[in-house]
Amino acid sequence: MDLDTVQLPITTGKATIATVLCATCGAPIDGSTGVAMCYDCIKLNVDISDGIQREATIHFCRGCDRWLQPPSQWVSAAPESRELLALCLRKLRGLAKVRIIDASFIWTEPHSKRIRVKITIQQEAFQSTILQQSFEVEYVVAYHQCPDCAKSFTANTWRACVQVRQKVPHKRTFLYLEQLILKHNAHKDTINIREVKDGLDFYYSQRNHATKMVDFLGAVVPITSKKSSELISTDIHTSTKSYKFTYSVELVPICKDDLACISIKMARSLGNISPLLLCTRIGNSIHLTDPGTLQVTDVQTSVYWRAPFSSLADVQELVEFIVLDIEPLGPTHGRFVLADAQVARASDMVSNTQSYLVRTHLGGILHPGDSVLGYHLSGANFNNPQYEDLERTAPGQIPDVILVKKSYPRKKKNRNRSWRLKRMAREESDMLPRKQDLERAERDYEMFLRDVEEDTELRASLALYKNTKKNPPTTERMEGVEMESVREEGGAEVGSGVEQDTEGGGGHGGDDGDLPEIALDELLDEFEEMHVQD
Amino acid sequence: MAVRAQFENSNEVGVFATLTNSYALVATGGSMNFYSVFEAELADVIPICHTTIAGTRIVGRLTAGNRNGLLLPTSTTDQELQHLRNSIPETVKIQRIEERLSALGNVICANDHVALVHPDIERETEEIIADVLGVEVFRQTISENVLVGSYCSLSNQGGIVHPKTSIQDQDELSSLLQVPLVAGSVNRGSPVVGAGMVVNDWMAVTGLDTTATELSVVESVFKLGEGMGPSNLAGGLRDSLVETWY
Repeated sequence: MDLDTVQLPITTGKATIATVLCATCGAPIDGSTGVAMCYDCIKLNVDISDGIQREATIHFCRGCDRWLQPPSQWVSAAPESRELLALCLRKLRGLAKVRIIDASFIWTEPHSKRIRVKITIQQEAFQSTILQQSFEVEYVVAYHQCPDCAKSFTANTWRACVQVRQKVPHKRTFLYLEQLILKHNAHKDTINIREVKDGLDFYYSQRNHATKMVDFLGAVVPITSKKSSELISTDIHTSTKSYKFTYSVELVPICKDDLACISIKMARSLGNISPLLLCTRIGNSIHLTDPGTLQVTDVQTSVYWRAPFSSLADVQELVEFIVLDIEPLGPTHGRFVLADAQVARASDMVSNTQSYLVRTHLGGILHPGDSVLGYHLSGANFNNPQYEDLERTAPGQIPDVILVKKSYPRKKKNRNRSWRLKRMAREESDMLPRKQDLERAERDYEMFLRDVEEDTELRASLALYKNTKKNPPTTERMEGVEMESVREEGGAEVGSGVEQDTEGGGGHGGDDGDLPEIALDELLDEFEEMHVQD
Repeated sequence: MAVRAQFENSNEVGVFATLTNSYALVATGGSMNFYSVFEAELADVIPICHTTIAGTRIVGRLTAGNRNGLLLPTSTTDQELQHLRNSIPETVKIQRIEERLSALGNVICANDHVALVHPDIERETEEIIADVLGVEVFRQTISENVLVGSYCSLSNQGGIVHPKTSIQDQDELSSLLQVPLVAGSVNRGSPVVGAGMVVNDWMAVTGLDTTATELSVVESVFKLGEGMGPSNLAGGLRDSLVETWY
C-alpha cells in the first residue's frame, strides 16, 4: 500500500465546533477556545487581580491641599477628580500588567480619610480567554507636610528678598501696586509678604523668583533697585557657596496728583516746560502736566534718578475750593481742557470773599458751584531749593492756586460699593498696630477706592470684582438717601455758598448723576478664592 | 480503571511513562511513588520497565510503542537498549530510529492497529513504524497541531483529542483510526491530552489534577469504568456519551 496516496475525505463547509465538558463543573461548552473550562469556572479559579494591591496610602499636605505624586511631585487635585483618580491608579503596584477598563470613586465621608476606588480590569487568563474583574481598593489618606509648606512654616528659609519702599506718608502707591500684583499674579512664587514701615518685603525661596519680581516692578512703576548678597555658607572643597540675596527696590516718591517742582535746567531739557508741574499719572515713567498750558512731559525712570526731585506737596495738603465761574479757553489735551476758573476757598466763604483767578486743566469737568481740590500756593512756605530758585527767578510764574481734581460730595466712608478689590494676605509686623495707624490705613484705602472710582484710566489696569455680599438695588437706594443727608450737612458747613452749590447741582441734572460710578459690566465675577484671601 | 498519579509534582504523566498492552516504561524518579501506581495495577499482568532514555527521564515523550513494538530515538544508549531488551517480552520488537524529530512520543500516536504521525516525518521512519509496530500509518494533524502524539491519546477502545478539534476533524480521524474519538482535556482543562495521560486497553493513568468530570470522560471513551470492561460493552453511559460527543 502506498502510504502517501491515502485519500482522506475532504471536509467541506464550515467546521462544526466540538462540544467539550468543562473540566470542573462538567457543563457542556464550546471547545473552540482550546481550553476545556467554562468561563465561570475560569473566573472562579483564576484571580487576575492577584498581585495588585488592595490597600494603599496616599499623602496629602494640609497646608496647600496638594497630593504627593511619587517620588517627589506635589499636585493639586480636587476630591473625586480625574487627576486624583490618575494619582490613585498610578499608586497601585501591579496595575501596569493588566488592562484597566474602568475606574471610579466610591463615595466616602471626607473626614474618614479614606478614598475608595472601584477598578475594573481585563486580562488574558489562559490562551484566548479574556477575563474581566472588578475590585475595590481602599486608600488611606495620610497627612504629610510638603517641602514647600515646611519651608514656608519655618522661619528664615528664604533665599531672596525684595524690599519695596516708597518714602511717602501714605500708602496709595502700595495699594495700587498690590492690585497690579494681584492682577498679574506676580506674587505666585512668594513665600511670605511682610508689611514694614514705608513698604513691603517679599520673600522668595529662589533668587530668580525675586529677580522676576523686580523685573515686574520695573515694568509697571518707576523704580531703582540695588542688589546685595550675604554669604551663608561655603564649602571650600567644592567651592560651592550659598547666598541670601536682597533686592532693595525704591519707588519714586512722587504719586499721582502730587505737585512737583523740577529744576529750571531740567524743565528746559523737558521741552521748556514750566517747572511747577502736576503729576497726572504714574506708569513706568512719571507723567507731568503743566496745568497752565496743558503741556505734558514724561520723565523716564533713568532721567529721574539722575536728578531726583521730591514732591512739593501731596494729596494731604489739598485744599477745597468752590468754583465760582469757569470759562474754557479752547485748547484741549486728551481729557484735559484748558480753562480759566474763578475759585474761592471753601473755608473762607463765610469770613471774606477773596477769590482767585486760576488757569486749570480741569475745564472739562468743572462747573460753577462744583467743589474742587487744589494746592493753595499763595502764602505757602515750601522748604524746597528748586521752588526757592523759581521764586527768586520767576515769581510771576507761580500761580496762587493749582487745581488738581474735582471733589465729589459723598459721605466719609462708603461701605456700600457695588464692587470690591481683592486683597493680598500678608504678615503684619510683630507689634499690634496702633489705633491711629489703623485709621490711617483705612483712610488711605478709602482714598484709593475713590481714586479708582474717579479715574477710568487707573481702573483699566486693575481687576475689579462684583460685590455679591449685599443686595445691589437696596444698596443703591440707601446710598441715595445717605448722599442727600451728607449734602445737607456739607451745605450747613459751607454756609452762604449753598445757593450756588444747589444751583450748580440742578444745572447738570440730579444729585446722583454727579457721583462717579462704575458700570456693572466693568466688574468681574467673584470667585471663591477671594473669600479665602480676604 | 483510571487512576491519578503525579511524577515529582508534575501532572504530565504521559511525559514520564509509556503504557502499552504488553509492557510499560516508567522513568526513574526520586521516589518510587509513581512506579508504585503502575505496579499496583500492572504487577502481575505486564512487565514494568524502570528506565531512562538517553539519560533523561522524559521516556514518554522520547519513545513510542504498542503491543507489537517499541521505537526508540537514536540518542538511546546501548546500555538502555540492552536493559529494555531484557525487561520487556521477547515478542516485542525494539527498534532505534534515526529520525530528526527525535521526540517520538510527540510525533507518533499509535494503538495496536493504526498510527498517526507528524506530517514532516521521514519516509524511512514511516516504513519502520509500519514494520515494527505492525500498524497502518497516517500523516495527520490534530486541530492544526502537528504534534499528534501530544494532542491525542489513543487506545484500541477509543481516543481523546485536543478540545479545539472540530466535529469534522474528529469524524475524519475516527474513520481512519476505526475507534470512537472525543474532544477532551486532562489535568483541569489542559488540552495536552497526549502528554497529560497514558492509556492502554484496560487502564489509564492521568495527572493528579484531573477532575472527576475529565476522569469520567476518559473512562467512558476508553471504556475503563466499572462494568465497562470487555464483559459489558453496552454500558448506558457509553451509549449516551459516544452518541452525544462522538
